[in-house]
Amino acid sequence: MTRIRVNPVGCVGHGLCAEILPELIELDDWGYPIVGRGSIPPGLEAHARRAADACPTLALLLERD
Amino acid sequence: MATLVTQVGLPRLLSALAGGEMVDLGRHLDSHGVLPSSTQLDAGSLLDQVDRSGLRGRGGAAFPTATKLRAVRGARGPAIVVANGCESEPISAKDALLLSELPHLVLDGVELAARAVGAAEAIVAFEAPNGAARESLEIALSERRAERVDSTRFSLFAAQERFLSGQETALVSQINGGPPKPTFVPPRPTDRGVGRRPTLISNVETLANLALIARYGAAWFRELGTDAETGSRLVTLAGAVEQPGVYEIECGTALGALFAAAGGLSGELAGVLVGGYFGSWLPALGAGALELSNEALGRHGAALGCGAIVALPARSCSVAETVRVAIYLATETAGQCGPCVHGTAAIARTLHGIAEGKGSATAFGDLERWVAELPGRGACHHPNGLAHFVSTALRTFKSQFADHARHGPCDGCAAAPILTFPQPDPVPR
Repeated sequence: MTRIRVNPVGCVGHGLCAEILPELIELDDWGYPIVGRGSIPPGLEAHARRAADACPTLALLLERD
Repeated sequence: MATLVTQVGLPRLLSALAGGEMVDLGRHLDSHGVLPSSTQLDAGSLLDQVDRSGLRGRGGAAFPTATKLRAVRGARGPAIVVANGCESEPISAKDALLLSELPHLVLDGVELAARAVGAAEAIVAFEAPNGAARESLEIALSERRAERVDSTRFSLFAAQERFLSGQETALVSQINGGPPKPTFVPPRPTDRGVGRRPTLISNVETLANLALIARYGAAWFRELGTDAETGSRLVTLAGAVEQPGVYEIECGTALGALFAAAGGLSGELAGVLVGGYFGSWLPALGAGALELSNEALGRHGAALGCGAIVALPARSCSVAETVRVAIYLATETAGQCGPCVHGTAAIARTLHGIAEGKGSATAFGDLERWVAELPGRGACHHPNGLAHFVSTALRTFKSQFADHARHGPCDGCAAAPILTFPQPDPVPR
């Protein structure tokens, strides 16, 4: 099982993750990501990987249980 | 002034108190006897006793102490112990009391914790403005050196007085020469903390309990408390009681019995805050029947946290008290995590608008959304704590908030604050 986790110290709210993975990530009123707590559905793992790779501050982490 | 609940088996931690004076080594040993040596009680037997005692951390998180000790013992590299006496919570006074009046009980616990994790070094951290703690610790350490009590090398660390100073990773950061700010985990301090070494950080009340468990055993420890929450606890009681102060209670004691031990209530209550500024507002009605255990409080969405309890008098304004603390907590953000920086400020600003009768049409809806979105989105629990504090206030004092939104400040808004905190200092973060 893989989950998405944000390093909130590193995140500065570029918001690319929510553009690439709107199914699992939305932005709050200030542009910071709100990530679902569940594991990533199998069909979205590739998108999640792309979202993590696209983060300019490398603050989006994919963590295995 | 600390007083005690009159009950069989209590006081324990506070049994040697000497009317406000520091309990010196002689009096400490007269009360509790000498600490079992490492041949009488080796690391394995000590860990076993702690495990069977059921002791949980008294700093707020209530994590099983034996599990933490084993994690540090099992980590790679030379371990170090940090005794956390940085209470930070403005209304809690129990840790300051232990450090200034019962330093030997705490230092015994540090020595034992070092034995349990295999550490040769320990740091005792306190808040820099707490001169009484520093003085008592210095005297106690010199007494112990003269009598060769310890095999651990002790040093003291004066932490900044900020709300987040005592947060585990923020304390490690300060000791390592960094700012008093939490860090993203992993790595956890148990794996890589002070000087990148495996670090046991433990609240001073937790450590003081080790000093008793090592002497009297796990079975004795469990004679008080519930099955899940064993032993006694120090709580700080403030507000509308005749004798506010630090009390030692059995885990699971009813709040009404604590009020009675404090000479009773000094008047009608508006509500009760349980668990300090990260805690829960609960209605005055039925408060006396609340059992002070995390299991029982959990049924009301509350927890005991660091054990700080405030009885808010009816003449005070619950809205004004909540707004002041929300603003204080928003200013005490470490300023690192976007959701916390923006979310706590927006919540405080919006609450203030409501209290002034100048809230927008969406004010309550915005607040509900923000307090739901905020938890879990910071490096530490600061956003969770503020969100919980505010959401319990909005629930418990719903009609008062609605009245303020419509009519602005009430008579009670001008009353002297019951929930106090250090004034903002000019030191930049």
